[in-house]
Amino acid sequence: MINLTIDVSRYFMILLIALYTYLNFRIFSVKDEIKKNRICRRQNFAMFLIHLFAYVIIWFETKDERMLVFYLAQVLFFLVYLFLYRLFYRNVSRLLVNNMCMLLSVSFIMLTRLSFDKAMKQFIIVVVAAVVTLVIPFVIDRVWQLSKIPWVYGLGGILLLGIVCIAGTSSFGAQLSLGVGDFSIQPSEFVKISYVFFIATMFYRSTDFKTVITVTAVAAVHVLTLVISKDLGSALIFFVAYVFMLFVATGKWLYLLAGVGGGSLASLLAFQIFDHVKTRVLAWQNPWTDIAGKGYQITQSLFAIGTGGWFGMGLYRGMPKKIPVVEKDFIFSAISEELGAVFALCILFICLGCFLQFMMIASRMQAVFYKLIAFGLGTIYIFQVFLTVGGVTKFIPSTGVTLPLVSYGGSSILSTFIIFGIIQGLYILKRNEEEEYEE
Amino acid sequence: MKSNPNPKANRHMLILTYGIVLLFVGLAAYYGYFLFTKSDTVINNSYNARLDSFADRVVRGEIRSSDGRVIAQTNVDGEGNESRNYPFDSLFAHVVGYSSNGKTGIEALSNFYLLTSHVNMLEQVFNELSSVKNKGDNVVTTLDLDIQKAAYDALGKRNGAVVVMEPDTGKILAMVSKPDYNPNTLLADWNHLVAEENTSGQLLNRATQGLYPPGSTFKVVTALEHMRENPSNYGDYTFDCNGTYKNGDYTIKCYHGTAHGHQDFRQAFANSCNGAFSNLGLSLNLNGLKNTADQLLFNSDLPLSIAYSKSSYTMAEGADTWQILQTSIGQGQTQITPIHNAMMTAAIANGGTLMKPYLIDRVENVGGDVVKKFMPQSYGNLMTAEESADLSEYMRAVVTEGTGSALRTDAYTVAGKTGSAEFDKAKETHAWFIGFAPVEHPKVVISVIVEEGGSGGQTAAPIARTLFDLYFSK
Ligand SMILES: [Zn+2]
Repeated sequence: MINLTIDVSRYFMILLIALYTYLNFRIFSVKDEIKKNRICRRQNFAMFLIHLFAYVIIWFETKDERMLVFYLAQVLFFLVYLFLYRLFYRNVSRLLVNNMCMLLSVSFIMLTRLSFDKAMKQFIIVVVAAVVTLVIPFVIDRVWQLSKIPWVYGLGGILLLGIVCIAGTSSFGAQLSLGVGDFSIQPSEFVKISYVFFIATMFYRSTDFKTVITVTAVAAVHVLTLVISKDLGSALIFFVAYVFMLFVATGKWLYLLAGVGGGSLASLLAFQIFDHVKTRVLAWQNPWTDIAGKGYQITQSLFAIGTGGWFGMGLYRGMPKKIPVVEKDFIFSAISEELGAVFALCILFICLGCFLQFMMIASRMQAVFYKLIAFGLGTIYIFQVFLTVGGVTKFIPSTGVTLPLVSYGGSSILSTFIIFGIIQGLYILKRNEEEEYEE
Repeated sequence: MKSNPNPKANRHMLILTYGIVLLFVGLAAYYGYFLFTKSDTVINNSYNARLDSFADRVVRGEIRSSDGRVIAQTNVDGEGNESRNYPFDSLFAHVVGYSSNGKTGIEALSNFYLLTSHVNMLEQVFNELSSVKNKGDNVVTTLDLDIQKAAYDALGKRNGAVVVMEPDTGKILAMVSKPDYNPNTLLADWNHLVAEENTSGQLLNRATQGLYPPGSTFKVVTALEHMRENPSNYGDYTFDCNGTYKNGDYTIKCYHGTAHGHQDFRQAFANSCNGAFSNLGLSLNLNGLKNTADQLLFNSDLPLSIAYSKSSYTMAEGADTWQILQTSIGQGQTQITPIHNAMMTAAIANGGTLMKPYLIDRVENVGGDVVKKFMPQSYGNLMTAEESADLSEYMRAVVTEGTGSALRTDAYTVAGKTGSAEFDKAKETHAWFIGFAPVEHPKVVISVIVEEGGSGGQTAAPIARTLFDLYFSK
């Protein structure tokens, strides 16, 4: 009987997330505010139902009372967060808040299934991050000075990355984090933001050749430091973000071409020079020759995705823990294995939906500074999603980055909350402006 | 103070956004492609521990012969204990394999299908409510019970292997390896089978994993290279054989020292004249010969889904005379598996195109509805159609006027090649036969090796004869 309940709930969850994802794109073609609000309410409804179904399964499988308390705490958090955002900011982008909550709920579900302790920690971090970042839209609206300190962003970022490169603790061969007491933080997650701010402030002042050279040099130092720290995923993200921002700021195709060309050349060089790059690429090309060794992670991930199939094995029915660092870089495979590929693809499209929302906001901003910030942060966000999901499915070589809001990790959660907060701030700014204009 | 912003910024962002959306569409498409086409083979990997957990909810399905006879099944007793049973004992030992102490053969190959249940929804619900496991799907193989049995009996107590396959589809009709083991008593016999002092290698599937010197069956490769190097006049080659061919200090003997006399190319091939082919080898471009061997899948992965060994051919430019003399007649370093020899023969029979060998014809649910059907797949061309036609003609001559006399009959036409491969001076040679029939429109390929069987024509060819007779009487 239990199996039956679990099977049925699983299909319901897939149906609901498909509906949620559909609404996510449907909203782009709706102009009417009342209709938009109705769509958002339906999304909330779908999210809470998925969350409920999942925790019913978790309860059946574990019979652990703590799960009930944890579930209720999460529901409370989502309700309060959704409510508070709208209370503080009348003109908030509900779609973005909804998507954040949706991704977070999936994160809680998977992490609870993988490790209750980690899920608890993640929950606490999320609550703290949510509270702290709730003020960001307020700040963005009022502190124009943010555009006046490019070198604080630029040099601060380089300094932080440099410290990690030299003194960072290594995990899986890469220098990623700094230990501070019991905590370890991953500075590159925050430097992403200062980096975008640096580029935006510089190009907002001028896009003459001299500035381009200066900014390129600083960006290059960022990227190189990351490469030396063996944080290839971040290096790639930083690189792409710079080239894209440069192109949008200057409008010169030559820069884009040079960027793409230079990037390809640099990748080739990196492949020749760095052993760790070569290892990754070779493990990607043919992981099957060394399943027990270098190909272990990716083949386990493919086993998980393949065995799960379109509709998944069901929570607790797969073996996601066979995949190393499943709760971080490989959370997507765990979702695909137990909740199904359809569910996982919906998550992918929800992320894409967030990005499209980012781009829409960027295109509406008149000020170059804001436009570049929205665009840059959006690019960073979406490339991170692409690298993670592409990596775990063997579409591209695995680069070891996390899926924002879904993967376990405090720095990643906090920085993503900040990014969403900034974008939200820009959206609110614009809407407020429009309202004033109308009045 | 402020420089001109990019007036087309929004347009440019739109273009980049389109690019990124496209990237995601590609990613999603790849994801779907993986799940639709590749995931079956990927997950059915012995390293995938996930499949074992399927057994908690599904009773392992049956493996059946092509005419539906059960060759492996799981019995469940009143208390729910499961045991795997093989009604034909050791008849299918290697090809079907075992599923305890690891998995081999078709048991490993079809593990995923056997542990997946496609019983209808209603029954699933019913089973669930009465807490009975669902019955796994059944796998119908390409194996023909009668041919398998005939091959098994024909090999008798001798060690060796037999492979029977269809050249135009790649279906494997029979695969026998001796010595064998009884999968029903595998657990009890295990310690003996894997004991260090046991050198018989009963667990080894000689048909796919046994590496043997190809002996004279390799003359097919030498002949093909000769034909390629002399496209207009390869038939003109002649050789005078007195039974012992001397080159400097080296001596190559024909089988049992038989003097073949004056031989043209066709006769030398038909009579398997070692002197003629050793001498021919000296005239060949060694890199060319290596390329031809490589094209025929020596030193390379085979399109085969059960465990196998790679055949090896190592001679390249710079080899000494002795090595050339030996290698040209299939002695020396060269090693081949019986399945690979069957595949080469199948390509010759099928106009140069190799069809991928396969063992599973379809997967059915318990009710007999087809869940998945496997279709013949082409691997590619190992040689041109002209080359295959010419080789067929020479192989036909082996039967009509040469060493393959055991296959002479009016009932059907066989083309083949015998081999007597030396591996230890003190022991009898391994007896080989590879061939196909009917020559006009080949339907079946047979590869036979009998370890220490002596002459291929006298030991291996008669086994093939029995099987051809059976095949064409059906
Ligand atoms: Zn001779």
